[in-house]
Formats: sequence, C-alpha cells, structure tokens
Amino acid sequence: MSISWQRAIVVGASSGIGESLARKLAQAGCQVALVARREQELQRISMSISSSSGGTPKPLTYVHDVNDTDAAELLLQQIAYDLGGLDLLIYSAGVMPMDAENSYNTAADVAAIAVNVSGAVAWCNAAAQRFAKQGAGTIVGISSVAGDRGRRGFPVYSASKAFLDTYLEGIRNKVGRYGVKVVTVKPGPVDTPLVKDLNKNKLPMLITSEQAADHILRGIRRDSVLYVPGRWRLVMWLIRHVPSFLFKRLNV
Amino acid sequence: MNSQNGLKLPLSRLEKVQSWGMNREVLGYVYRPSTVAGLQEVIATARNAGRSVGIRGGGCSYGDASLNSENVVLDITRMNRILAWDPATGIIEIEPGVTLQRLWQYVIGDGWWPPVVSGTMFVTMGGAVGMNYHGKNNYKMGPVGEHVLEFDLLLADGTVINCSREHRPDIFFAAIGGFGMLGCFTRIVMKMKRVYSGLLEVDAFATRSFAEIARVFEERMADDDYLVGWIDCMAGSQNSGRGLVHAARYLRADEDPNAPQTLQVAYQGLPETMFGLIPKSIMWRFLKPFSNDPGMRLINWARFLLGSTLGNYKTVRQSHAAFAFLLDYVPNWKLVYRPGGLIQYQSFIPAEHAAACFDEQMAICRKFRVYPWLGVFKRHRTDNFLMTHAVDGYSLALDFPVRKRYESRLNQAVEEMNRVVLESGGRFYFAKDSTLTRQDALTYLGSDAVLKFQRLKAELDPNNLWQTDLSRRLFGDWDINTPHPRPLQEAR
Repeated sequence: MSISWQRAIVVGASSGIGESLARKLAQAGCQVALVARREQELQRISMSISSSSGGTPKPLTYVHDVNDTDAAELLLQQIAYDLGGLDLLIYSAGVMPMDAENSYNTAADVAAIAVNVSGAVAWCNAAAQRFAKQGAGTIVGISSVAGDRGRRGFPVYSASKAFLDTYLEGIRNKVGRYGVKVVTVKPGPVDTPLVKDLNKNKLPMLITSEQAADHILRGIRRDSVLYVPGRWRLVMWLIRHVPSFLFKRLNV
Repeated sequence: MNSQNGLKLPLSRLEKVQSWGMNREVLGYVYRPSTVAGLQEVIATARNAGRSVGIRGGGCSYGDASLNSENVVLDITRMNRILAWDPATGIIEIEPGVTLQRLWQYVIGDGWWPPVVSGTMFVTMGGAVGMNYHGKNNYKMGPVGEHVLEFDLLLADGTVINCSREHRPDIFFAAIGGFGMLGCFTRIVMKMKRVYSGLLEVDAFATRSFAEIARVFEERMADDDYLVGWIDCMAGSQNSGRGLVHAARYLRADEDPNAPQTLQVAYQGLPETMFGLIPKSIMWRFLKPFSNDPGMRLINWARFLLGSTLGNYKTVRQSHAAFAFLLDYVPNWKLVYRPGGLIQYQSFIPAEHAAACFDEQMAICRKFRVYPWLGVFKRHRTDNFLMTHAVDGYSLALDFPVRKRYESRLNQAVEEMNRVVLESGGRFYFAKDSTLTRQDALTYLGSDAVLKFQRLKAELDPNNLWQTDLSRRLFGDWDINTPHPRPLQEAR
C-alpha cells in the first residue's frame, strides 16, 4: 500500500487496531512513533515490525499513560522532534467497561472516560494546534459505531464515543480551513482485546484488526466520517432511525 | 528514547519556516529577540528544552541553511539598529539584523556603497557575513568578510567575544562564512566603498559559449568593477553556454555632474511598473503561464535574441540599486516556481576547468531532461576564510524548478554534477546548497579545514547548541569524539 504520510504517531499502539495500523504504516515506509502504557508490549511490537520485512524503519517507542493529559503536548513535541516532523496522529487508545445486568462500576466508567475522552482531547488538541500552523496534517480518531446510539450494554462506552464523534467534528470544523484533515473512524466489531469479554460468535460482521487497518488506511484521505467496513454506514443509518420507544426494548 | 528532555516550548512559538527556494518547509520554535539580553534568554530557553538553535536572518538562503526543524529558530531581523556611522571614513557599526537594503540606503547619500552586495537586498548583514556572501565583483573585492573590520560574537555559553584580524583571528576567519555554527553576531563593523556617483556605466553584449564568456571575463576583469553573465541554459547542444554579459564600472568624480542627485535614495529606486504599464507587484502572474519548460525556453530564447541583436554592445548608465538587485526587479518572481519551489545549484570551478565543467553540466541537464530556467555566471577569486566557497575561477548558478514528476531525474542529475564538480576541484556554497552529502562537503572543504573548524566548534560550542538542518545534513553532530546527547534522526 502506498501512503503519503512520512511521520506518524499512533497513540494506543500496543494492541488491536492501533498495533495493526502502526504495522501497516511502517511497512509502507512511514516513520512511526508508538505510544502506549506498557513498555514490554511496545518493545515487542517495535521489534516485530522492524524485523518483519527488509527496510522497514524501526518504530520509536514512548511509554505514556493517556490519563496523564498534561504530558501529552510535551510528548507530542518530543516525538515531532525525534521524527523530524509530523504528518499524522492516530488516537486509538480506548477501553470498554462492560457491566453485567443490573451492576454498575463508576470507577471503571470514569477511568474509561479518561482514556476515551480526556486522552483524546489532550492529544488531538495538541496535534490540531501544530497541524494548523503547518497548514497540513491528518488527525485520525478511532471511535466506534457504538457512538451512534446509547447502548444498554455499555452506556459509558457509547457515550464516550459519541463525545469523540462530536469533538472530532468540531476539530474538523475548527482547523479544516487551515488544511488539516480530521477523520472519525467508526469501526463495527473488530477482533481485538477490546471485545475479549464478548461472545465473538454473536458479534455481527466481525473483522480482524488487520482488515480494519486496511480499510482505515484506504479511507482516511476523505476528511470525514469513515465506517469500517463501509456497510456499517447503512446499518447505523437504519439503527439511528429506530425510534427510542422501540430501541429501548431491543437487546442491542 | 523514552526520557523527556527538559521543558516544553510554547506551541504559540511554532511557525512554518521556509527556505528561500520554497523547496523545504519545516516547523520551528521561532524567537525574535531585539537585544543581546533577549538573545541570551533564547539560548537559555533552548537549553532548558534540550533543543538546538538555528540562526536565521533574512531567510534568503536557497536551501536549508536557515532552517532548524523542530528546534529553536533564532530570527535576528529585529536586532536591526545602526549603531554608528562615520561618513568621513565609511566605517559603519551595525547589528546583525540590519538588511542590505537598510545599509545601502543609509550610506549612499554620503557617497558610499556597500563594497559587496547580493542580487537581493533583503538579506540581513548578519546572514551575509555568516555566509560570507559575494557579489558580481567577487574577483575584485572578494567576499563581504574582507570588508569586515571586527565583530562581536555571542557564544553558546552566553558570553560575547570580540574578534578581528588581530584578536582571535582564528575565530574571525572561521565565523565569517561559518554559517552560524560558532555563534551569533551581535555587532558587525564594516567598511563601505566610496562612490562618486549613483550611477554605473553598464555594457551589455552577447557571448556564444562558456569558453567565449570566460575569455571575455579574463580580458575585462582588470577594468570592469562588476561582471555578470546570464546563460541561456535551455539552448540546445550546439548553442550550449550562449548568454549575455553585463559589465559595469563605477563612475569617476568628474563623470557625473548630477552626483548629488543620483546619490539620493529616491533616485536609486527600482521602477514601480514594467514597460511603464504593468505594476511590478503583479508581474509574476504574467510570468506564471510560462512556468514550464517550453515557456521558459521561449523566454530564454527571446531574451538571448533581444540581447544579441537590439541590445548587443549597448552602453547605458544604471543606478547601483537597479544594476545590483536584479532579484528584486520583479517582486515575487520566485512564486513562478510554485508549487515545488526551486533549488539553486551553484558550483565554483577553477578557471582552467570552468568552461569544460560547465559544458559537461549542461550536457548532464540535457541527458536527464532537467532544464534550469535561469543560469548566472560569475568570476571569483580565492580568500582566506576557513569554510570559503570561492575559487580562482568561475561559478555557474542554475535555478532548477522542483517538480514531483521529475524529482528522481533531478536528483540523479545533481548527483552526477556534484561528481563532475568535485573532480574539477570545484567548491560549493552553503547559502545555495541543497544537494550535497556529507562526503561531498568533506571532499570540497578538505579534511584539514573541516577538522580545524570542528576544533573551534568544540571549543566555542561544546554542547553543539548551534545547528541547522544544513549543518545536520552536512556535518552530522560535529563532535567526532563524544556522542552527541541527542541521536541524529536519519529519517530527517
């Protein structure tokens, strides 16, 4: 795959879609910075990427907890320095707290908001500022189809993704005029550690994270909302139009 | 790699910084101090953040000499005071951000002119001295450094040191032409040249080959004060090297009865319109339709045709500014080179090899089908500066448009041209360069000179504070003994 980005940051690169995206970007010749919480995972992925095929540049690794929102801007600055510039930020960190029927875990919910919302705001704000000055650059936020409706299985997760959708739209409108592209990626179920607690056989249209990464890299030129795979756009259009009184009776 | 160096630099300082050739654009943290104390503060800020400092003057270097991507860019244009001027001796004391424009406009009324001027007046004198720039009179007056009497240099540790030919001559001859690697000038003392008229007498005539133009230059060098050749680089192989010569000399005191008038700044002004009609500020838009190889071929052909017929052996009187600042004649002409920008390829070849070497360069251009839209030919002589670009011979400056579709051909062509130049004992110029490799630079400068420079750098700037994209490209981290605290990214 040929890509136009030369220097990219992937936040949340230690597993799932982030890992696959980092791998594919690096294989296409992009100099990638991997940002994640777990150092061992980072090292493993970085090693495996650089040894995967000849000439793949070894990704740089940065240990960072997205809860530490104050550190995001400085780290972005540091990475841009180490890479010698920046074209692309992918925010792919995300957690999905799952509650059993009739149980609530506020601590886990708040923690999820920190990762899915606050972390995203810290990183995308910093990147937006930088890219606006540069007059170019792409910000990619990995959201979810779950953000299109409030879901009884994971109210906070779906709300956090709805936040991300609206926030990214705002950022797109804010810096689009300066030449920055902002892409909201909305994958359906993807076979990643995020869904490890779910029954995979029940997940509709499940794809692998490699497939998701391919879809995303093909589509992120478009500067808008990207459903992965594309047919989710129709499905979610229909689901968004299910009236509330009906939707609340459904088990989705 | 995971350690985070130092403090955050404010994002508000982040600015797009462009090379003059518009071929490279980077982000840097730009600071514009106006005093020495402010300058020292910038150094401290950069050090706390673990960043290097790249000095930028007028930003008129064609390549990456004034860029320092992701690091601190020290823009000196606000340090622009004229500190002292003595119209009796022609000695002027200036801050580095004073532009050449400001300088000549300041001194001409008293009957002085900067001894060495570039093709644009928007350079700063700090940048000019840092690059040790030359003019169309290099064979006679040498580079600008020969007219610098002394300077103050701010070192990486924040101290200011005074240098001249007597005091620390080693630094004097290295910092001039040292492309901002040893320190930042804070004060420059220069001697101007006495002129008795605001006019020059200019001869224009055509030449048919590199051999001929070189012969003409040799004949006229003794008498003429300025010599410059324009080369039609798009001519075919039979006409290779054809061009026009402009030769100029200063007027004697008795030759210009109107000297008090012609020495006024107003008299030196470049005309506002082209052909008395088109405002020059929009002139580049008229050139835009010709911004392709056939269009430029036509313009070059027409220019040669006019110059070799109507304009051949014409003698005219022209103001200093109109003769000197050709690049400012059509404002924004370089926008014609958008979107890719241009690189200027200037090589300096010893006289005995020059014609053959330039012929070979033209042949290489034709072979790779990359055509310079503009070629400028000049005579040079050697000087005593450590990192000098000058030779006893000729230079040819070629403006290549940069376009995605023939980028690889252009790279191959300049690579081959670099080889030819180095084989001829030629040299290059930091203010123009964007094509050299580390090995190329080492070859033309010679390892003795580079080692000497490195030692001075190690003495004056042990932590390698002063850097630019160019310095990293050509000299890496400078320090040969101890590893630099920050690994250089080859990805750059």
